[in-house]
Amino acid sequence: MRVLYLMLLPGVAYYIIYKYIPVYGVLIAFKDYDILSGILRSPWADPWYKHFQFFFESPYFSQLLTNTFLISLYKTVWGTIPAIGVALLIHEGRSLWLNRIVQTLSYMPHFLSYVIIYGIAIAFLSETSGLVNRWVVEAGGNGIPFLTSTAYFRSVLVGTDVWKDLGWGAIIYLAAMSSIDATLYEAARIDGAGRLRRIWHVTLPGIRSVIILLLVLKVGSALDAGFEQIYIMYNLQVMPVADIIDTWVFRVGLEQLNFSLATAVGLFKSLIGLVLIFLSNKLARRWGGNLW
Amino acid sequence: MVSRGNERYFDYFINVLLILLAVISVFPLLYVFAVSITPYSEVLRNGGFVLIPRRITFEAYKALFGMDAIPRAFLVTSFVTVMNTLINLVLTVLMAYTLSRKHLVGRSFFIFLIVFTMMFGGGLIPTYLVVKGTGLLNTVWAMIIPGAMSTWNVLVVKTFFESLPEELFESGRIDGAGEFTVLLRLALPLSIPVLMTIGLFCVVGSWNTFFSAVYYITDPGLNPLQVIIRGLLLSSEQMEYNADIVLPTTTLQMASVVAASLPVILVYPFVQKHLTKGMLIGAVKG
Repeated sequence: MRVLYLMLLPGVAYYIIYKYIPVYGVLIAFKDYDILSGILRSPWADPWYKHFQFFFESPYFSQLLTNTFLISLYKTVWGTIPAIGVALLIHEGRSLWLNRIVQTLSYMPHFLSYVIIYGIAIAFLSETSGLVNRWVVEAGGNGIPFLTSTAYFRSVLVGTDVWKDLGWGAIIYLAAMSSIDATLYEAARIDGAGRLRRIWHVTLPGIRSVIILLLVLKVGSALDAGFEQIYIMYNLQVMPVADIIDTWVFRVGLEQLNFSLATAVGLFKSLIGLVLIFLSNKLARRWGGNLW
Repeated sequence: MVSRGNERYFDYFINVLLILLAVISVFPLLYVFAVSITPYSEVLRNGGFVLIPRRITFEAYKALFGMDAIPRAFLVTSFVTVMNTLINLVLTVLMAYTLSRKHLVGRSFFIFLIVFTMMFGGGLIPTYLVVKGTGLLNTVWAMIIPGAMSTWNVLVVKTFFESLPEELFESGRIDGAGEFTVLLRLALPLSIPVLMTIGLFCVVGSWNTFFSAVYYITDPGLNPLQVIIRGLLLSSEQMEYNADIVLPTTTLQMASVVAASLPVILVYPFVQKHLTKGMLIGAVKG
């Protein structure tokens, strides 16, 4: 028994130091944190909700919240539909070797970093040297500032993300499809249903609960719009449509060293996130409970 | 009845779409690669479109690796990748094994301890202060230690250990083996597939290290590859005025993208064999 606890020790130490002490550090959201004094000796904010109030009343508040929710929503919708389509294609494909090649190739972009994705986006969409704009200019049009205009930026963000996870997102739907009872297909065929009708009446209803469950679980991370991708791809011109809570916290906290305000906003986000997680778990239990 | 001919056309149609999907997945990478090895004048002559270059040049790669920052960034990233993967595997296995022993007193408390962190954390600034407090700021370890474990991986490996037959462990203990020996001699050899899966995910993840460097590293000499590459992608304007580099920036940028993604693409075939299974273990559990 003692050996077991000894084996547990390094992991528990890791969790306490790097996961739980930061939870205690959340206190600085309620203090006027001063680097030299440390958390305990820094004075309490007056009133204690001062930093929260500042954020709620600031002009950024509604913009950040809108951007965060919208980008997250677009990514959910446009991440789900193509993934189901890809899963259907692979499920319907009758050539095993072709299926395998397609799966191998379409999962791969998932493993590339967002820096690489940004590089690829530049290769295609850059206003001066991108492939698409060369074609546009050659066809007599003007270069389109895909990466630097508020009109296109969100689409580029969502589009590149969809490309990255096109095949990867299909895995789970594919697994659900392959567990559909084969006799259902047989019965539908005998009833005279063609391939499309079988997809519509057997395959799609067969994965309905998985789709609902995944969407419901997405609710839990509705405030996570993808810090990494946005931080890497955004620039000053697109700030009004691209800036999300996470990127703002980063700038205010680590670039402007306003630790208390950044922590307060981070805490606000975590608390909303926590409520959403409980909500989505509750919904999942009610709607998707018959799944596994 | 549905005619047989219709079914066949449907199959053709599906196959065409599948091929299209494969092309969409790899074309961007092939294009980037082609641009990186084609003389820029040729790219321009073809209206920007090259897939199979007629003339090949490795000038961009020579220039890339001739910069001070790139070889050093490769070194930093490789170090982070190896150390992070090793530490991750050791800590994960130790914790997953103990948590899989049902008679451990306080087991559910420890499980709650780690699962709680999946739902709530201190956030960026408090974590930054801890990293600073533990003296990791501006060391390579800042990119390794704070991400040394993932709760998700612990749960996946724990589930796997629990699925192994209990009799096996019992027989080991009857033969007088301690817990550590049981883990090392019995549990580990059986769990190689699952360890490969999380290990390779970890390799890819740490090769892509970007954020911990943005947060915790200010010394440019310690920047990992992804940070340097992003710098190259952003600084196109300044580079044009740099007299030392006569190479067109686009070619250089694309070469840097290829160089940074190549290792991932090379290990990918090994990951690929295991990943569906690993992913589904996680999904069914969650």
